[in-house]
This record gives sequence, structure tokens and C-alpha cells, in this order.
Amino acid sequence: MADTRKIETTGLLGWIDSRFPLTSTIKGHLTEYYAPKNFNFWYFFGSLALLVLVLQIVTGIFLTMNYKPDAELAFASVEYIMRDVFGGNIIRYMHSTGASMFFVVVYLHMFRGLIYGSYRTPRELIWLFGVGIFLVLMGEAFFGYLLPWGQMSYWGAQVIVNLFSTVPFIGPDLSEWLRGDYLVSDATLNRFFAFHVIALPLVLLGLVAVHIVALHEVGSNNPDGVEIKKHKDKETGIPLDGIPFHPYYSVKDMVGVVAFLMVFFAIVFFMPEMGGYFLEANNFIPADPLKTPPHIAPVWYFTPYYSILRAVPPIGISQFPGVVAMGLSVVAFAFLPWLDKSPVKSIRYRGKLYKRWLTAFVISFVILGYLGTVPGDVWGQFGPWMGRADRATVLARICAVVYFAFFALMPWYTKKDQTKPVPERVTYK
Amino acid sequence: MSENKIDNNCLSFCQPSEVDLQKRDFLVKATAATGAVGVAAVAVPFVGSMLPSERAKAAGAPVEIDISKLKPGEKMTAEWRGQPVWIVRRTPEMLAKLSKHDDQLSDPKLEVPQQPEYCKNPARAIKPEFAIMLGTCTHLGCSPNDNFAITADWDGGFVCPCHGSKFDLAGRVMKGSPAPTNLVVPPHQYLTETTILVGDDKKAGA
Repeated sequence: MADTRKIETTGLLGWIDSRFPLTSTIKGHLTEYYAPKNFNFWYFFGSLALLVLVLQIVTGIFLTMNYKPDAELAFASVEYIMRDVFGGNIIRYMHSTGASMFFVVVYLHMFRGLIYGSYRTPRELIWLFGVGIFLVLMGEAFFGYLLPWGQMSYWGAQVIVNLFSTVPFIGPDLSEWLRGDYLVSDATLNRFFAFHVIALPLVLLGLVAVHIVALHEVGSNNPDGVEIKKHKDKETGIPLDGIPFHPYYSVKDMVGVVAFLMVFFAIVFFMPEMGGYFLEANNFIPADPLKTPPHIAPVWYFTPYYSILRAVPPIGISQFPGVVAMGLSVVAFAFLPWLDKSPVKSIRYRGKLYKRWLTAFVISFVILGYLGTVPGDVWGQFGPWMGRADRATVLARICAVVYFAFFALMPWYTKKDQTKPVPERVTYK
Repeated sequence: MSENKIDNNCLSFCQPSEVDLQKRDFLVKATAATGAVGVAAVAVPFVGSMLPSERAKAAGAPVEIDISKLKPGEKMTAEWRGQPVWIVRRTPEMLAKLSKHDDQLSDPKLEVPQQPEYCKNPARAIKPEFAIMLGTCTHLGCSPNDNFAITADWDGGFVCPCHGSKFDLAGRVMKGSPAPTNLVVPPHQYLTETTILVGDDKKAGA
């Protein structure tokens, strides 16, 4: 045999290994993938995101068994799932809660990357794949939200698709092409269904795969932001601060899974609507193209960007600047690896300046998120001295400026920041 | 064993002196170009399939609306291309108020072509009594609510529930609204005294 590979396994496993890299894959990604030993709870959210992805795919498959992507039937078919299909209400609420929880864990996962500098060299590509996952996830959530064909589904889609009609020159044609009709209609529902159940999930799975492959190529970052590969055992070549992912982190992650599922099912069983944040009350009314609900707000995970959209005033008669600002606020994360000029990665060794900026960013993000859920005049108007501007809009504008300044000024404040000395090896209590 | 054979094959076919690099380069580019044309051609049906279908276009045909039952000061809503078409029968009082608040409007002179030429007049209508406009906010397409009660600082009009845009009874947008332009007056014509055709303004037989 001209086979140069050395197969150590025998029997059935040996037979498989000569034909498929089973043992070597398990070793490379699980039993001999060495992760830093100092992971804290922030490192639960990657594996939890994977768990929610699986939950969404499984519950989604079972929902499609009874759902009808037809404007005449969609709303009733969802109610049918809720009332007449055995376990249908649990499956549907798992899927709707899963959508929100996906964003909860992904936002926490992204924040982890932010505070420990997980986007820095050599992990830029992992981060970019991650931003891709985030974008696709937003698409999934948006397309999926139309499917129940409730009032909020309908008018939310109407607002978002109309964002594209603000693109100069090609806008109106572009949004007509996206809708496949002169308004959000059956054609729109049908294609959103196709995007939601097949197109985007395929892209998502591909991105998740390359996200993990890239991670396992360069190795995980850790709360100290030091490279464990710098200090390897001279004989085995194993990082001194590394422990095999399996069984150490697979077992630890199971603790996270149990805690997560307790929260998850508490929501599914007892408050699936989450006070209107996970499922909006208006969405229990069938879509009516002739009647807009009194207040339209996206689901909570979109509201920070939606606030930015509303905060940017039109230039002349064009809404396009707001749309661009909203797009930029999402895409801005992709530039982080090149904006951060700090000599250290982890927040543990950064100075006060960065911590203040990060705090300001998080506060702005949360305020923008809240303001996106309420009408622009929620706090009334300022007096004539401010031109009777909406108080909430003014605050949203301030927060939007802070939001973008966090990114735009990052090269400056990360360079200027007084950092602390970084240890050679990970710290571990 | 087989390796020798491959080498032999290669010896007879891949003599570096026999490779015409220019020809190879041309063939690579020609293949790529042909492939690109093929991809572009096959993209046409896929991209095109997402355009409004013939059925959707047919559903977007002009509609006839009977306005004989509309009382003064009332509004009725019809549907054209799935969008709400409002017909407001304005009272003389309402009409009188229209010229009183030009300073509060973004575009009182109707410079942005949100109406057909024949409606570029103060009432934005063919017959001033009947205002005909699309009930979709020019901000993000929500449907504004009626607010016809005339008060000291409000001359009657519409308020959008989504982002608070305000319009007067001719669909003209108030300053400070997120909506950039006046409401759209669709192309329309009167077939009889009490019937209008929305979506087509070419006179029958013209």
C-alpha cells in the first residue's frame, strides 16, 4: 500500500479510520484540543449558542410539519399548532423563546470577546466569521418574525423592507423586488419562509463550522489574554496551561447547559411572551394591510439599531442616512480587530480609559435598546429652548454618538490608555 | 507501480517546451469569461423570479371606487395595490383651514412630486371637496390615524402611530415629522360625478 498514514486503531474503528478521519477529528477537536485552564463563566456562551442553534433547528423542523407559508393560512396554522397539535404550544414557544435566547447568549458571547480581546491577532478571522453569524442570525430572526403573519410581523416587515426603498436611485425597485409585490403579501411570506427555513440556516451552519475550525486552528483566548501556546511542555508539545476540551470543558459546559435550560424552560412554561419583549401582543392579531397597529416596535434584540435609525435626522427628504447609520452600527463590530491598538488584550490589564469607554458603550447600547421599544415621544418634549424636540430622541442621539465614538475613537484611547503588565502564564485561582 | 505510469504519461504530454503558455492563458480566460456569462444568464430567471409575478401585477390594476355614500367631514378607505386609498370629503371649514398653516408645513408649495400635475393645487385634488391620497406614511409605510377634530393649534389631519409624523387634511407633512414628504396622491380620474378610478388617469377614449 502506498498509504503513508499511520492508523493506530484496529477493528471497526480502524476500518473507518483508514477511510475517514474519525479518530483524528475527535482528537483534534475534543480530546486533544487544549483549551486554557482559566476559563470563567463567560466561556459558557459559545457552547450555549451551539445548543440554542440545535434547539432552533429541531423545533423549527417540527414547526414546518404543521405550518403553512400562505398569507391566507399562516396565522391560523400557527394557532392550530398552538391549540390542536399535541405539544405544539411547547415546540412553538421553545422556538420563539429560542430566538430571543439566541440573542441573549450571542450578545454575552460577543461581550466576552470584547472584554478579553478575543478578536485580536491571531483571531481576526474567528471574529469576522462571528460577525457573519451575527448578521445571518439577524436575518433569520427578521425573516422568521414574518411567518406567524400577525400585525407586528406584517408591519415590522413593511418597515424593514421599506428601509431598502430609501437607497438612492434603485431603492423603490429594490424593495419591490424583495417583496415580490407592491406591498408585503403572500409572495413576500412565501419567500421569507424559504430564506428562513433553508437558505439562511445553511449559511449559518457553514459559518458556525468555519468559526469553530478557525478557533481550533489558533486556539482559544482566555480571560488573561495571553497565548498558552507560548509555553509548551518540552516533551509532549502540549501547552502547559492547556487542558483537553473533553472531558474537562465538555463536563463544565454541561453545568452551563443545565443552568441555561432551567432559565430557558422557566420562560417557555411560565412567561413565553416575556411581558411583550419576546412575543409582542399585537402579533396575536392577524395581519391587516390596511390598519397599522398604534405602536410599532421591533423585538428587543433589534431595538438598539432601530433607535439609531430613528435618531438620525433625514437629510433633505432622504431617510438614507439613518439607514446607513443603522447598518454601520451593526457592521462596526467587524472592524474591532483593526481599531484596537492596545498592547494588551484582556480588560484585566487595561487602564481606566478603556474601561470607561466600554462602560459608556454598554450603557448607550442598553438605553438605545430600551428607547427602541417605546414611542419617540415617550418622555414628552423639551421646551421651546430646545425647539420642542422629543426628550427621548435627544437622548437617543447622544447615545448613538457615544456608540459610534466607542468604535471611531478606539485607536486613540486604546493607544493612550495606561495598561498594566501582562503575566507570562495564565492566572488561576 | 502506478506511479511509473503517471510519470510516463507526463513525460509524453507535459514537456515544458511544448506548453504554449500564451495559448493556455487565453484558454483559461476564455473559459472563465464563458463561465461568467453562463452564471449571469442563469441568474436572470432566479433574480427575475423574485419580481412581482404576472398575477401580482394584475392585482395591481386600477380600481373603481364609489364615493356617493361619503358624507361631508368623513373619510372612507379603499384598496389599490394592497395599499389603503383614502377619500376624505372635506367640509368648507376644513378647506378654509388648509391655507392657514403653510408656515408649519415642510413642503407647502408641493415641490416634491408626490401628486400628479393636475393635483398640484392648494387642495391637492381634482375637486377640492374630495381629497384622494394613499394612506401610507412616507416615513416607513405605516398607516396614519385620523385626527379630524379641529382645535386651537390643530387644523385637523392625520397622525402616524409609528413615529408621530403629522399631516394636514391635504396630506401635507408638518415640519418636525420624521416623514420627509407629503402623502402620495395616486393617479386618478372621475368616471362619473360619484365614481373615481384610482391607478389610471388617462381619460377613457383619450
